[in-house]
Amino acid sequence: MLSIAIPVAFALLTAAQLLNLYRLLKGPSLLDRILALDTMYIDAIAMFILMGVYFHSAVYFEAALIISVMGFIGTVATSKFLMRGDILE
Amino acid sequence: MHILINIAAIFFLAMGLIFFLGGAVGIIRMPDFYSRLHPAGKLDTLGIFAMVLGLVIYNLHHFSIEVLLLSIKMFLIVFFVFLASPTATHSIVDAGMRAGLRPWTRKTKKE
Repeated sequence: MLSIAIPVAFALLTAAQLLNLYRLLKGPSLLDRILALDTMYIDAIAMFILMGVYFHSAVYFEAALIISVMGFIGTVATSKFLMRGDILE
Repeated sequence: MHILINIAAIFFLAMGLIFFLGGAVGIIRMPDFYSRLHPAGKLDTLGIFAMVLGLVIYNLHHFSIEVLLLSIKMFLIVFFVFLASPTATHSIVDAGMRAGLRPWTRKTKKE
């Protein structure tokens, strides 16, 4: 039963990623692009967790954890950079 | 019992997907940057929580220690997202306010 549900979930998550990608490419300001990237990495974490359950592999969860940490640091660093012009104070 | 677990897993999975798609549509449709933060910050956090809850219910169906550890790891990812997503959203808003971006009102002319 879940073997049908997970591919459907993949398709819908891909649709969500494409909508976010549209905002990332079009976004009027730089802040909109940072926001779209912030949403895209959370979607990517969800996709990786789904993949880990679908293929019965534990490696995908490590990748999801690394993506979550790196995405958070990237978002904070970019917004700090926009605020002050450099990251280190 | 088997079918109940499947139904619960698919229910939570569908709930997470609805939240993810709603967040993406909101990011497209909202008029300005500050209102776009609302779908981006909240719906994704709840979406990933519901999705992982469904997958953990499905996973714990055949119980063993490895599956339990895997489920704890999945919830650790969700916990980190719960901490990180509001912090990231707040820091983006802070950058926007200090850069002097005005909030959108209905009276603002379209450019």
